[in-house]
Amino acid sequence: MIHGRSVEKRYGSRRALRPLDLDLARGGFLVVTGANGSGKTTLLRLVVGLAAPSGGSLEVHAERGVLGYLGHEPLLYRDLTALENLDLYGRLYRVPQRRERIGMLLERYGLWDVRAERVAAYSRGMTQRLALCRALLHEPELLVLDEPFTALDAEGAALLDRQLTELAGAATVLVTTHDPERVEQLATARVALA
Amino acid sequence: MRYFGDVAALARKDLRLELRARDTLPAMLLFVLSTLVVFHFALPTGADEVAAQGLLWVALVFTALLGLARAWAPERDGGALEGLVLAPSDRSAIWLGKSAAVFVFLGLIELVALPAFALFFSPLQAEGVAGALLANVGICAVGTLLAAMAAASRTRELILPLLFLPLAIPLVVGGVGASVSTEPGRYLLFLGLYDAVFAILCWASFEYVVSE
Amino acid sequence: MLAALSAALVGLAIVLSFWVAPEDADQGISQKIFYFHVPIALTAYACFGWGAWKALRLLWKGGDRHDLESYVAIHQGTIFGALTLATGSIWAKASWGHWWVWDSNQLVLFLVLFLFYSAYFMLRFSIEEGPRRANVSAVYALFGVALIPVSFFAIRLAEDFIHPTTFTRDGPQMTGTMFLAFCVSWVAITLVAYTLYRVELLGKRLDGNLRELREALS
Repeated sequence: MIHGRSVEKRYGSRRALRPLDLDLARGGFLVVTGANGSGKTTLLRLVVGLAAPSGGSLEVHAERGVLGYLGHEPLLYRDLTALENLDLYGRLYRVPQRRERIGMLLERYGLWDVRAERVAAYSRGMTQRLALCRALLHEPELLVLDEPFTALDAEGAALLDRQLTELAGAATVLVTTHDPERVEQLATARVALA
Repeated sequence: MRYFGDVAALARKDLRLELRARDTLPAMLLFVLSTLVVFHFALPTGADEVAAQGLLWVALVFTALLGLARAWAPERDGGALEGLVLAPSDRSAIWLGKSAAVFVFLGLIELVALPAFALFFSPLQAEGVAGALLANVGICAVGTLLAAMAAASRTRELILPLLFLPLAIPLVVGGVGASVSTEPGRYLLFLGLYDAVFAILCWASFEYVVSE
Repeated sequence: MLAALSAALVGLAIVLSFWVAPEDADQGISQKIFYFHVPIALTAYACFGWGAWKALRLLWKGGDRHDLESYVAIHQGTIFGALTLATGSIWAKASWGHWWVWDSNQLVLFLVLFLFYSAYFMLRFSIEEGPRRANVSAVYALFGVALIPVSFFAIRLAEDFIHPTTFTRDGPQMTGTMFLAFCVSWVAITLVAYTLYRVELLGKRLDGNLRELREALS
């Protein structure tokens, strides 16, 4: 699903990602580790298409509609409620039976009770959970998660564990983390960035 | 069509946000009224009616700039712009939805500003109002795109007026001409031309402004 | 070699304009500046057009090359635009006694364009280097060429209620030698612009290579 050869990213003279080879088959689970500044976030942004590589080639056989992305920012509107946020994204992603799916996700991630409150009022953990709902809303074939556990509370982390276990094999997953043991059993491939 | 459904959903989102936050519209309103009052003191006695018309357009352009500076603020706050860019919908819909919302805001402001102007200075003819509407389209189309460019820049609010003003000059000519000239039709046609040319340009190029 | 040719042609243009071409009946010696003012203006337009073309290629195909070429072209265009304003101002002073006249549509158009393209540089240098900067610059460059005709019409229309034109337009009736002088000057200035373009492009490319080398070694 993903094939990269000597993929690198430079911003002017600043090197954000050193040349890297990358392969991820459909249904695979790739865990990317590396110190801060090694380019983990940059790599993920290249994969989803938020940035273009400066060198090398990167093929991602997944179009925008089947990509799910969880970045450092929640990609949400702080002054809209959870329902309104997900409804908008649901519409843009053409999610069938939008209402039901949103309801299901919110309930699953423990946000049903606060569904009509503005995101600005959420705690960091809750915001991250909602961001996760947004990433999963359209049942993506390729799920790209940038340090998803970092902002999650214990309960949220457990929910994510469960979700990833369910998804492993069914969807293709690419995760960066500081905590590789967490996803160790699910991983089918590992890359460590220098 | 899906496309216009997307545009409508995005525009509704902006209207809803403004309704909730209520920060931009009141500020624009107060700004335009204050500016009109300042103009009263800035015009020496014996100054034309025509000069006053010109000043109306200055007021409108700068009020629009005030609003445009914050047009993309909700998308910046939570990183939502990237979320919209990642969605499978057409990127130009993002621009169109936002422009439509800004158009509504500007229209609401003018609903107060134009009568206020008529009260303080001199009444406007129908052509003047038509000119204002046509110019609005141009202001919103171009302004929204330039605001997105400015958002990518380090100097943000500082650079938006610099980008916008040269492009606003033809609009001011069109608007003032429509109010003042003996042949307003020419000016209205010109405004329509501006709108057509730049709206198409914005529509086609927005994709590149938000992607790498 | 290119530079030498340009210098020679400019020299020829100066000789032709000042000594060979007859003096204009109405404006006298000050009219001579016309031989430089108009070609400089035309060259500026050409630079902006070239910059926009390269911008279009960038958006179409992508690649650092087009971005740099577009930028350098617009840089040259802006320089020549400034020169247009300067020579136009001198001409205005010599002909009508004022350093600036709003009556010359050409001049007003250049003022608007100068403001527009100055903002181009402010925009460009406030964005971090990368594809984003290249894309945004390119889109802005395209807006520039769209602005040129639109502004021109706007300024024409504005005559209606701003100042009625009382002076005859640019471009006096030209005799044979005048026309020759004009053409030589035009070619000369275009060549100068092209030379400067190539020089600056080369310089920027060298800069870029040097930086990359430095990066690779560190």
